[in-house]
Amino acid sequence: MNMEKFIYLFRGGDIDTNSPEAMQANMQKWYTWIDSLNKKGSYVAGDPLQRTGKQINGKKKAVTDGPFVEAKESVGGYIIVNANSIDEAVEISMGCPIFDYDGKVEVRPVQKM
Amino acid sequence: MVHDPLTMIQKDINKTIDHLFRHEAGKMVAVLTRLFGFPNIDQAEDIVQDTLLKALETWKYGKMPENPRAWLYLTAKNKVIDIIRRQQVKHKINTDISYLLKSEYTLVPTVQEMFTENEIKDSQLRMMFACCHPSFSKEAQITLILNTLCGLNTHEIADAFLSNEETIQKRLYRTKEKLRKEKISLDYPGTEAMDERLEAVLKTLYLLFNEGYNSSHTEKLIREDLCEEAMRLTILLTENSRTNLPYTHALLALMCFHASRFNARLDDNGFIILLKDQDRKQWNQFLIRKGNEYLSKAAMGDLIHEFHVEAAIASLHANASSYDHTDWKMILQLYNNLLEMNFNPVVALNRCLVIGETEGYDAAIRELEKMNELEENCHYNTSLGEMYFKTGRKEEAKKFFTRALSLTSSHAEKKLINNKISKCEE
Repeated sequence: MNMEKFIYLFRGGDIDTNSPEAMQANMQKWYTWIDSLNKKGSYVAGDPLQRTGKQINGKKKAVTDGPFVEAKESVGGYIIVNANSIDEAVEISMGCPIFDYDGKVEVRPVQKM
Repeated sequence: MVHDPLTMIQKDINKTIDHLFRHEAGKMVAVLTRLFGFPNIDQAEDIVQDTLLKALETWKYGKMPENPRAWLYLTAKNKVIDIIRRQQVKHKINTDISYLLKSEYTLVPTVQEMFTENEIKDSQLRMMFACCHPSFSKEAQITLILNTLCGLNTHEIADAFLSNEETIQKRLYRTKEKLRKEKISLDYPGTEAMDERLEAVLKTLYLLFNEGYNSSHTEKLIREDLCEEAMRLTILLTENSRTNLPYTHALLALMCFHASRFNARLDDNGFIILLKDQDRKQWNQFLIRKGNEYLSKAAMGDLIHEFHVEAAIASLHANASSYDHTDWKMILQLYNNLLEMNFNPVVALNRCLVIGETEGYDAAIRELEKMNELEENCHYNTSLGEMYFKTGRKEEAKKFFTRALSLTSSHAEKKLINNKISKCEE
């Protein structure tokens, strides 16, 4: 067993209606998926993110509001998982509910320093 | 005395609210403790208290919501979520579901899930098992269950056990310190520990029921509440596959049979009415039927527990059309079985009374006089008094009744005994 950490970065996948039932159902799907990740021993941590916040840039450490990115490109959340390989991490990500709403998952291995 | 309509309505609302609060407090404490972990039980209780207080303030003047229970749950849920988000939980949360509380993906659905019907029942079951952990003394176990699951405050618990509030407070404080120190959790006991723990839970519920049934507490409502709570929790156990063993059903049958006589035991003046004098039409037939149902469910498997035998005895009384038509011989047989399983002086005492019915009162007196370890027991002395009275020896009877009078603090019992003494003097 060779467990390594990977991060999932979620993009897009916004629900296209305002219906509270749809929102509730979607939340339930995330809950179920994360629960299943935990039972497999893969889940480490994760949270949804607000779409925008602050940015601090370069040597000057300039603080601005942002980023202002198209909805389908902006990072809306992350989950850290344990997996034996990136292929396994990809496979685990297949159950993510974000795909129901045409979202994206980016899988990045953690860089050992 | 004239009451204005508003006061009357307010009184009714207060009664409803009292009942609702007593009913829901225990459930909410169980759920919150499940969420926060056993070490945080004090905080769980505080949140429930705050919720109930908020309800009282908001519901003033009859503005009760359509679904008060849902209102309570929603308020508690919001408080819980807020506290978790602000990381204001006192002791580290270390449960099988704590990871779900750490992520905004799962925090709200988890809290909501825990307030659903099945999870509320599950949390109460876990609480029952945790409260009966072998590290706690018997008194601590029952005090903990009354305080946490049954929503009784220290004053009410002190009243029910004829103890004082300070003792109960100290006991609760020490017990909670202990559970933190020994890291006792709300996890179900493992399969090996399960049998023992279930037995501890059932015995505690039996004690709880007896406190309500035999209690010298003058407030009838408290006594009914105790019996009701014991039965409610036992019913929970019969509804869960881990715990619905035959002897769980036996205990429930026993409780049903006893409870069926609740209204016939005291008259309007607070006099105790003995079994032979009770108006059997006052016996609750629904409860007797239920008792019979549970008793047949208990008749499975090979293991016979004391609860089985006690339930069988209670069943023979409950199903008899009159005192004289009771199957005393069978009851005597069952008492003999019970004593073989486990000698208990109170059971032996009651057996002597049965002998009074099968072999006559002189035989009963002979049996009773063998048991002098019970000299300081009130029931022992009233029994001897009763037997001597029945055989026409009033002087002797009076001696024992007078002795008994000094051995009880119950108003109802004192009244009964004084009545008996005056009959001896006629």
